[in-house]
Amino acid sequence: MDVEKYIASGILELYVAGILSEKENLEIANYAKEYPEIKKEIEEIEASILELSRKASPGYHYSFKALMNRINGEVKVVDINEKRSTPFLSYMGWAASVLLAVGLFWMYQQNQDLKSNIEVVEKQNVDLEQQIADTDSSLEQTQKLLNTLRDKNISVIPLGGQDVSPTSYAKAYWNKQEEKVFIDAKGLPEPPDGFVYQVWSLKLSPLTPTSMGLLEDFATDENKVFALNNPNNSEAFGITLEPAGGSESPTLEQLYTLGVVNAS
Amino acid sequence: MQLDLLVDQFKKKDPLAFEKLYGMYGENICGVINTIVKNDALAQEICQDVFIKIWNNCESYNSSKGRFFTWILNIARNAAIDEIRSRSYKNDKKNLSADYFVGILQLKEEEESSSVDTKGLRNLVQNLKEKCVQIIELLYFRGYTQKDAAEELEIPLGTVKTRNRSCISQLRENMEVR
Repeated sequence: MDVEKYIASGILELYVAGILSEKENLEIANYAKEYPEIKKEIEEIEASILELSRKASPGYHYSFKALMNRINGEVKVVDINEKRSTPFLSYMGWAASVLLAVGLFWMYQQNQDLKSNIEVVEKQNVDLEQQIADTDSSLEQTQKLLNTLRDKNISVIPLGGQDVSPTSYAKAYWNKQEEKVFIDAKGLPEPPDGFVYQVWSLKLSPLTPTSMGLLEDFATDENKVFALNNPNNSEAFGITLEPAGGSESPTLEQLYTLGVVNAS
Repeated sequence: MQLDLLVDQFKKKDPLAFEKLYGMYGENICGVINTIVKNDALAQEICQDVFIKIWNNCESYNSSKGRFFTWILNIARNAAIDEIRSRSYKNDKKNLSADYFVGILQLKEEEESSSVDTKGLRNLVQNLKEKCVQIIELLYFRGYTQKDAAEELEIPLGTVKTRNRSCISQLRENMEVR
């Protein structure tokens, strides 16, 4: 390579200006290692630019220490940022503990709610058990009643509605052996306040009424079946509406139902 | 060789090497910036920023980027040009009076307080032709490519390289004479 010609081309000046390609830069750096003349030339070109720029310089009032302080200062800023993470962590801690407290309170509330729910359910349970017991005993009574009514000694006497209340009806189930009459009063209207139904055993000739008793608590009785004692040799049964407490003799104007016992 | 070792150490974030390089080039880099911003205080401020940038980017230097000085020269003029653009420095009256670095001479001689070595600068460039001042300014302090410089100076592309060489040679002679 013709080193002098290469130097004279002016490429080294452009190299120092930094306007060549990376490939050219590498090439020249290699030549500089290989040819001391080229290296020297480059250094002299650089020196002239250094001189020119030094002459244009206002000098530098910042010491290297000041420069490093700024560099380290910038590093310290990073440190401060790192320190900020500590309060941030402690905020996180506080936030977490507040969250925990809120969570515990919430769970306590939930627990209380569940407890009161359990109480309610237990109470409902007791109520239901009571209902079952009631139903059982009701069923038992009904079965007992049904058995009673199915007894072979029972005579059934239908009582038809009378002038006062033609739509009313009732039935009398009479067990002569046991001297008992069961009145099924489901076909009777509810008695008005202060009045009560009274059941009479009747002898027909002459007409002799004998009180068998009152259908007390008519409204609240579910079955509307009332058991009465009847030691009489009845020929008919009648039901009248009487003032509360009953009457000595039937008020025939208020005769609701009447039925005759068939001779058997 | 000593410079190569220094630069190698500097690339390993050795503050001592960095201090030496700062001592070698600090003033020059401030000067390069001053040819562009033409304001002593601002030039020094940018100069500091440039050295911080150099330190933070030390690993990115390698010989494919040219001489170490060329690398930091490039960083410095980019920083200075960015500064001028961002401050819309064009509106500054001082800048209008001095398009080329020799404008510093006019400018600084008016300012008694300036620390620029105007006498030294004058001696260095006294017999340089204007076309030399222009081409040195564009290639070294403005970072123009050969093509851009040729267009700016309205000369053939091939002339840039040779004219620049003769101008730099003149500058080197002036240094020897002084």
